[in-house]
This record gives sequence, C-alpha cells and structure tokens, in this order.
Amino acid sequence: MSLTSILSAEAIESAVKDCQEPNSFNYKSFFQLCGLTSKTPQEVKDVFQLLDEDNSGYIEEAELKFFLQRFVPGARALTDAEAKTFVSAADDDSDGRIGAEGHANQAPWRCRQRSQVKLMLMVSPRMAAVTQEKQYTPSLLSFFVYNPSFGPREGEEEKKILFYHPREVEKNEKIRNVGLCEAIVQFTRTFCPSKPAKSLHTQKNRQFFFEPEDNFWIVMIVRNPMVEKPNKDGKPPTVEYQEEEVLDTVYGAVLRQCYSMYKLFNGTFGRAMEAGGVELLVQKLEKFFYRYLQTLHLQSCDLLDVFGGISFFPLDKMTYLKIQSFVNRVEESLSLIKYTAFLYNDQLIWSGLEQDDMRILYKYLTTSLFPRHSEPELAGRDSALRPEVAGNLLHYGRFLTGPANLKDPEAKFRFPKIFVHTEDGYEELHLIVYKAMSAAACFMISASVELTRDLCERLDALVGPQLTLLASDICEQFTLNRRISGPDKEPQFKFIYFNHMNLAEKSTIHMRKTASVSLTSVHPDLMKILGDINCDFARVDEDEEVIVKAMTDYWVVGKKSDQRELYVILNQKNANLIEVNEEVKRLCATQFNNIFFLD
Amino acid sequence: MSEEHYLELSENPLQFEHASSVNNVFFDEANKQVFAVRSGGATGVVVKGPDDKNSIAFRMDDKGEVKCIKFSIGNKILAVQRTSKSVDFINFIPDYPHMEFSQECKMKNASVLGFCWTNWNEIVFITDQGIELYQVFPDKRSVKLLKSQSLSVNWYQYCPETAVLLLSTSMQGNVLQPFAIRNGTLSKMTKFEIELPVVPKPAKLSLSERDIAMATIYGQLYVMYLKHHSRSANSPSAEVVLYHLPREGACKKSHVLKLNTTGKFALNIVDNLTSLIYDIHLREPDCALNTHQPVLPARSIHPYRIPLTDSSSWSVFQPNIIISASEGYLWYLQGKLPPTVNLLHDKGKLMDFLLRRSDFLEGGEKGSLPVVATVFDKLNQVYKEHLEAEHTYTLVMESGPSRNSAAQKRPVRTQAVIDQSDMYTHVLSSFTERKGVSHKFIIAVLMEYIRSLNQSQITVQHYLYELVIKTLVQHNRFYMLHQFLQYHVLSDSKPLACLLLSLESTYPPAHQLSLDMLKRLSTANDEIVEVLLSKQQVLGALRFIRSVGSHDNVSARKFLDAAQQTGDHMLFYTVFRSFQQRNQRLRGNPSFNPGEHCEEHVVHFKQLFGEQSLMKAATV
Repeated sequence: MSLTSILSAEAIESAVKDCQEPNSFNYKSFFQLCGLTSKTPQEVKDVFQLLDEDNSGYIEEAELKFFLQRFVPGARALTDAEAKTFVSAADDDSDGRIGAEGHANQAPWRCRQRSQVKLMLMVSPRMAAVTQEKQYTPSLLSFFVYNPSFGPREGEEEKKILFYHPREVEKNEKIRNVGLCEAIVQFTRTFCPSKPAKSLHTQKNRQFFFEPEDNFWIVMIVRNPMVEKPNKDGKPPTVEYQEEEVLDTVYGAVLRQCYSMYKLFNGTFGRAMEAGGVELLVQKLEKFFYRYLQTLHLQSCDLLDVFGGISFFPLDKMTYLKIQSFVNRVEESLSLIKYTAFLYNDQLIWSGLEQDDMRILYKYLTTSLFPRHSEPELAGRDSALRPEVAGNLLHYGRFLTGPANLKDPEAKFRFPKIFVHTEDGYEELHLIVYKAMSAAACFMISASVELTRDLCERLDALVGPQLTLLASDICEQFTLNRRISGPDKEPQFKFIYFNHMNLAEKSTIHMRKTASVSLTSVHPDLMKILGDINCDFARVDEDEEVIVKAMTDYWVVGKKSDQRELYVILNQKNANLIEVNEEVKRLCATQFNNIFFLD
Repeated sequence: MSEEHYLELSENPLQFEHASSVNNVFFDEANKQVFAVRSGGATGVVVKGPDDKNSIAFRMDDKGEVKCIKFSIGNKILAVQRTSKSVDFINFIPDYPHMEFSQECKMKNASVLGFCWTNWNEIVFITDQGIELYQVFPDKRSVKLLKSQSLSVNWYQYCPETAVLLLSTSMQGNVLQPFAIRNGTLSKMTKFEIELPVVPKPAKLSLSERDIAMATIYGQLYVMYLKHHSRSANSPSAEVVLYHLPREGACKKSHVLKLNTTGKFALNIVDNLTSLIYDIHLREPDCALNTHQPVLPARSIHPYRIPLTDSSSWSVFQPNIIISASEGYLWYLQGKLPPTVNLLHDKGKLMDFLLRRSDFLEGGEKGSLPVVATVFDKLNQVYKEHLEAEHTYTLVMESGPSRNSAAQKRPVRTQAVIDQSDMYTHVLSSFTERKGVSHKFIIAVLMEYIRSLNQSQITVQHYLYELVIKTLVQHNRFYMLHQFLQYHVLSDSKPLACLLLSLESTYPPAHQLSLDMLKRLSTANDEIVEVLLSKQQVLGALRFIRSVGSHDNVSARKFLDAAQQTGDHMLFYTVFRSFQQRNQRLRGNPSFNPGEHCEEHVVHFKQLFGEQSLMKAATV
C-alpha cells in the first residue's frame, strides 16, 4: 500500500507546496490540504502506519522531522520548532512521540474538523480576496509573572522574575521589560492608588497587567494584528498595525483565565510559596504555563472569553431528575466522592461545585480534556479509533483521566488534582472524569485519599452501566424534544446570550469549540462590534439597548436587561430600525419567553 | 417500648361468658358472632356481634348438646345442629311462628359435618358424603333442596366474603375441591392438591382443617397452607404457602412466607398488606391488651413475627379475629391507629423505618437510596391510582346522576394511600430536621421523592418545594438551588416566587429567578410591577406594563410616587409625561382625574419644571 492509494497525489503535492517556507508548516492546514481530514478512521490509521518508518507503533520527534519527505521525497525537513509543536499537539502523554492511539484520539485529523475548516475559509473573505496583502492575527509576544518585592535592590532584579515566556529572551531584556511594566503600574498608581493601569496601548502591541495576588503580577503582551502590503520595486513591505482591533476586555479576560486555570490545578501562588518557597513556585509556573501558553489561541478570542460562561444542556424535568437521582446514588454508595458534575454533549447539566470553580473547570473540560479524547463510540465497533479499553461490552464507560485501561496490570491510578474554594480557603481534590457516550460525569474526591485500583474498578462497575443507560435516555429525550419543537430551521439571525447570574451562555454564532480554535460563523468585524457593545454595557448598571448598522450591511443589536445580555446579528440589509427592533422582539418572544427579559 | 409496637388487639374486646362445663362458646365466622350457649340453650343463649353492641339473648329448649349454631345473614333464622343427622331451624323474624323445625340430610348414612348460611334463607349442609344446598321458608316452616353434590368429605372451610366452600377429599385430605355458591347454584371450581411435606404410608388423613385457612388478600382469594414445623422432619422452619384461587382456571401456588420460627402458629391478615404471624406458644405474663413485640424485619413480603401471649386456648379466625374462649374475650387485631388511618400510619412508619435505617448505614452498608426510591415509587403508584379513581368519580358525579351512577362508589382510602401532605407532615419535614444526617442525603431523599412524584405524573405541591429550598438555603447550597430552578424542577408558583424574593438579601440572584418565575406564571403582572418599583426601576416597570398591554388601567400614583422617591428629576419628568400622554390618549385631556389622587405630583412637577412645562389640553 502506498500513500497515494489513500490520498491523491495532487493533494499531497499542493499540501507540501503550501509549507515550502521554513516554519510555515501547520499540521492542520497540511492535513486539510492533503485531504486526510476527510478520510475514514481506518484510512487515517493506514496512513499512520506508512509514516511510522520503524514500525514502532510511534512516530518519534526525529522521524517527524522528515515528515514531509514521507509524502514527497524532495520536500524539506521540518525545523526543530515545527517538529516540537507538531509532537506536542498530538502527543497526549508528553513522551515526545505520537502513538497510533495517541494519534487517533487527537484533534489533528479528526473527520469532524472538515466542516469547520471549510467554514473558516468561507468567513474569512479578507484573507482570500486580497492575495497580495498578508494579514497577521494578534499573537502572543510575551507572558511573564513577577513579584517586585523579591528583588527590591539594584542588581537583584532578576529575582523578581518568576516566569518568562519566551524563555530564549536575553536576561537583560527580560529585566528591562519587567521593569517597564513595574514602572507603568507604579506611575499610574499615583493617580488612582486602588486601580492602577490594566493595559498599555502601543502601536505594535498591547500589554495587559493583572495582579491576582498581593504583589504578584502577570503581564501578557499581545502583538496587534497587522497587514503587510507588498511594495513594488523590491522595497520591504509596509506594515500597518491595526491597534484598534484588539479589545481590552477580551484579552484582559484571557489573562485572568490564565491565572484561574493555573489556580485550578496548582492552587494560589501563595500556596506554592508556603509549601516550597520561590523555587517551587518557579517550578510550578514553568511546568504549567509552558504547555498552557501553547494552547492559547489569541486570534480566536472574543466576547465569549469575556463572559467565560457555561453552556447548559436543555433538558426536560423528568430526565433531569433522573440525572439527579443518579448523581445522588453514586455519591451515596461511594461516599468518598465530595462533588459531582454532569455534562452531556460538552454542555453542563449538573454541578455540585460552586459557580466560580465550575466555570473554570468547565472551560478546562470543554476546551482541553474533551476535545483531546474524541469519541470512539462514534467510530463504530471495529474501527481503529475505538480503543481496546472497551473490553467491557456491558457498557461504554471509560476514564478520561487516570487509567486508560483498567485491565492493564500496569495501569497507573493517578488523577489530576484540582483546587476548589471552600468556606475557609481551598481544598485539593482528585478529578476523575468518566465518560460514556456523550455523557460525562466528573467525580471529585479529596486529595488526601489515595485512589486505588479497587476504587476505580468499583466506580467503573457502578457508574459505567448506569451512565451508559442514562446517556441513551438523554439522547432519546433530546431528539424527541427536537422533533416536537419542529426541525431546526436556519434562523435569520445569530445571537449570543449571557446571564451573569448563572453564567449561562448560548451562542448560535460559535461552532463547537475545540482545543485549539473556537470557530465563529460571522465576520471578525462583527465580533468586534459585539465586543464594543459589551464594553459599553459594562460601564453602566442600567438596562440598555444598542443597535448598530455595520459596514457590511448587517444589523447588530445589543440588549441588556438586569443581569442578562443579548447580542443579535441580523442579516437584513434593507431593514430599517423599526423592523430590526420588531425582529429582535420576535426573537425574544420565541427564544426567551420563559424569562423576565424586558423589551 | 409501646411505641415500637405496630400491632395491637382492639381496645374494647368483646366480652362473653367464658367457656365452661355448662357454657359452650361458638363463633360464626360469617357473621362474626359469638354464641354463648348455657346448658344447651335452656338457661339462655347470648349472641354478641362485632359492631353491634346490642347482643341478642334468647332461650331455647335443651334438646341435646349443641354442635354448631349460626344465624343466617341478617339474623333472620337461627340454625342449630344437635345431631349428626339433622339441623334445626328457629325463626327470628318478628310475626313468624317461632316453632322449631328440622331438616335431615338427604343422603343416607351420611353424617352432617356442619353447615353454612350462604344467604338470609339459603343454607348448605356439608356431610361426609357430599354437600346439599337448601332454601329455607320460615313462613311455611319448610326447607327445599336446591342442589346437591356427592363426594366424600373429610372436613370443610368456608369463606363468607367470596362464598367459596372448600372441601377436603381423598384419603390424605390434601385434595381440595372448592365450590362457589351463588344465587342458589353450586358451581364446582377446579380442584387442586396441596403438596405435603411427607407422604404418609399407609395413607391416612394428614392435612387437617387447622392447617388450611382462606383469606382474601388484595381482593383475591388465597388458600393458605400453614406448614407447621414438625419436629421429626428436617424442615428448617415453618412456613406459610399461599395458593391463589382464581374464579376461573386452576389454582396456583403463588407465595411462600418463611417464618423462621418453629412451633405451632396461627395466621391473621390485617388489611391486605401484611401477614401477621404469631407464635401462640410463647407466653407473656401480662396478656391483657397490648401484647406485642418489637418489629423484626423478616423475609420476603414483609411478614413480621410477633410472638404473642397466652397459649393454646386462643383460637384464631380469619381475617383478624382472636378469641380466647376460656377467658371470654374476642379481639380484633389491628394496626396502631384508628382503623381509617391505621394503614397509612403503618406505611408511614415503614418509610420512617427505612429512612432511619439509612443513617444507621451511613458508615457501613451502602445503597439505601435505591431502596428509598423504590418505596417512594410504590407509594406513589398507589397514590396515583387513588387520584385517578377520585378523578373519575368526580367526573361521573359532575356529569350528573346517570344510569350507572349507583354503581359508582366514592373511592375509599382503604389501601395504603399516602399523599404528599401525609408524607410531608409525617416523614419529610421531621426528617429534614433530624440531626446527624448529612444534608446531602436529606436533599437526595427529597429530590428522590419529587422525582418519584413526577414519574407518576402527580403534580407536586409547593410545600415540598419550599422544604427543598429551605434545606438548601440552610446549608448555603444556593448554586444547587439555582440549578434546580433553572431546569424547572421546582415548578413555578406565586408562593415560591415570594419565597425567592425573600432570599434576595442572602442570595442576590434569587431576585432574577423570582422575576422569571412571576413572568412565566403570566398571572402575576401586578407583583412584577411591585417588585420593580420597590427596586426603583420605574422605567422598567413602565416598559413592562406597556409590553403586557395594561398601561391604560394602571394606577399612575404608584409610579409617580416611586419616581419622586428616586429623587431623579428627569425620571420623574419622563414618568409624569408618559402618564399625561396616556390621559390625553384615553380622555382627550392630559390632566389627571381627581380619583387618581395625583395632585401632589402635579404640584411637584410644577415646582421642578414650572407651570409652562405641563402638557396643556389640546387647544384645538
């Protein structure tokens, strides 16, 4: 078998050609272009085998360097940086190689992605139309954590820096940058001691400052989006920075989220300081942010990041009560379990955790954990994607954290630990995520308890069958409800809804989120308008309504009532203000008739 | 101690002259009457019934020892058996001759084992050679044979409720032939055989009438075989075997009740549900009234074992009668509470018992929640059936008395129907206050009950929701509460919305939840306006009232007051003008009606903005 029996030679050629330039390799676009994303799981597996030169069952980083040459013999080798990114994207156990299973479970070439990428192309006319211009999206320039009180004397400045990305930056420059931030914050403090500067706008970049804990500062520097226009006569291209495109609220929220995520897995900075001093903190920061920053996709951050909401799964009362009953029974029979959260289709149904903890855990689950573990259930029984874990034919339950295969005698029973609020401080918990079909249950057990094989087996035996049953129940109920409410008609409008009270968000603008990108079906300009309206709303407490006609003939309506916000995008270029208003009223009447939402 | 007893003998036992050498005592199961016959009736017969306090006393001639004595239904005719050949009758209908008359059995050489009244004037003789059904004509003092059947009979049992006569035939006596007697006809039902533990050789009568009892349980006739423990055999313990005897078709062995005791016992049925077993061999010194022992959970269909008192002189009759002939007492065995609610309480206690058990299990054994769930489901199933029956009844009643209305009886709560309020008052409300039970478990139980009600499609009453909310609030589980409301698990109602409003100070989002709920109720627009005005959201209130279309008949004063209180002049101006415009539209004049009592607001407006700002009547 050869590659060309699966992929077309033309596709391979164009894919390789696309990344001729060093450091321009992007596995996503590569797989897309060579057509792999549209292949069946079995075909994908075959391709993997062809690429795995030494038949080790793994593609090592070294092999990966010659990745392109396996497609086209004369192609270039990947740079070290490219190979690293590629491995880290596909490698879930960070052993520096990609396994067949690892691969299969990973995002890079899942079939699902096909439609999404297409969408992306469709909605980015700017990129396609102006071939001559090159558009650069906002990207992360640097990210650092410092504490001014650690090196107050001259010559000791380096001690202030706890983490600095990118690592390669020269020491003096690090110190300079940190010093600058420190100075700006100090300077603005003289005007308003309680609220120092949150961001600094420059032509080329924007800096965000955040002090999550006393004297600990996190700074994120984002390069503004820019357009590179080629000049004739071989002159270097002119670069235009679009500094207005970046929204403070969005990236401010992203920065806060970085900290929350760190805190979820590591506790506060103060805790690390207490436990092992600066050394431990530095270690923890390094370990966490090194990987986390790679998953930060600044170009696709938008209003939803500001909200940081939770999407709830719509469900009828009876099924909901059944889930309640399930959760209660499990908690009763395994009394070690302190909290439980229940999700379906990546949407939340029940959380025993408090809201703020759930918010960040939800973010982790939906943008990181779930996308990494694609659903082998969907792949069919004998497909390669179906891991051997499912040796148990009685149910489809499996652990997403902890042991991949319970039957494996060498399986490790190590679960990620998370920190959640309690009345007096924090508590550390094991996070067990267990999934059957589309239903996922998160069980949290005090970290002081050692999790054993026995416990996992009991959990598996208890939860697996019930969860499987429940998942099919929910699915059935859901399709039933949908049938009753009539087939989904493509609505004329797209909207984002958010309720500050329960963090419920609903968006018809965003496609399914993946680990790497959140895809929107509207033009970035419109997203920017939404962000602007949101800033306006944040300024005052009162209910407001804003109607904007965008340059692209879209109407954008923002409404705020009590603690709720609704943003609607209407594609009716000939409508007038009154008609738009009527249209939004109609939307409220159909979509939100069961809440108190003032017209 | 006494609280632990869930069974008792009736408080006022029927008293009669105890059996002695001169006094014979008989009990008629059909009429539940006790006969005390002194000296063959010559010195008096005293008959005492179960309900009627008035006893009947009479004398009759002593014509020999009385073997059996029974009134026909309605105390119309007395039948007395003194010899093995014949039965004598005495009229008890006023104005009819009181002379005795007698009837011999038709079959030659047969001896009468006994008789049963099947109607006020129908009687069946059971002889060792068959049965004979007679009609008695008290006016003519004659008896007419209606039907007869010949077969050899060892002994018989009669179940008055179902009018089924059970005859023991065959050598061992274990082949039982039931007959249904109705309207002067005898119909043979399918005969069946009781499996004997040991088959004696040579064959001899080994199943006695003491081993067999008939009872109706859940409206079905059962023949119960009391398998006493025999010391010789290796049978582990005594048990009761229930044979279901349907009207049509064959009799089937359906249940076995294990007793785990040895010795002789008798059996009673107290309301369908529970079979009560006492060991009449155990003695207890004080045998007066309350003779119970703590509840012990036994095997299968919750039988409870009650070792009882006073020994062998007790006779036990179906369904729940205990007679001590030697002492002259008749008791009814009953549940603890007065008859109407006794079962209910009984069940409530069972619930309670289960719940109590669960916190016992806290540390060790697990999985009581599924048990609780099952109990709830069962209770609610019965509850739902009852509700439906009641509903049909109401419908029939509303549709007016129809032809078959006589057939419609109001459904009675005989079975263990436990409605929400019972559950709330007797079990759940005290349960939520119990100390030492984790709130998690309490909430789980409450949710389980609500789930069960929903599953049975019973509308949940708001006090249950309030209990849930109270419990959650008590333990600061606001986010859980929020989620329940979000999924409409706690159904909307005004009381609930008000409760939420009151929580606002401790949990601000309750405000939004409450408003949403009021909105959904769609009958609470006034309340919404009040809430908004109290929050000084005057414009919001105004917009809302407009959107629901009752702007025209709302009280302007309320809004103007609220607007004035905010101290926001522009707001006051806006609200004031809005109402002026309304007045203009409605009455063609912007000024307020005197009835609206807005004079002070007009003055206030003038002070702020001057006379000229007032909207004038259109100067057409």
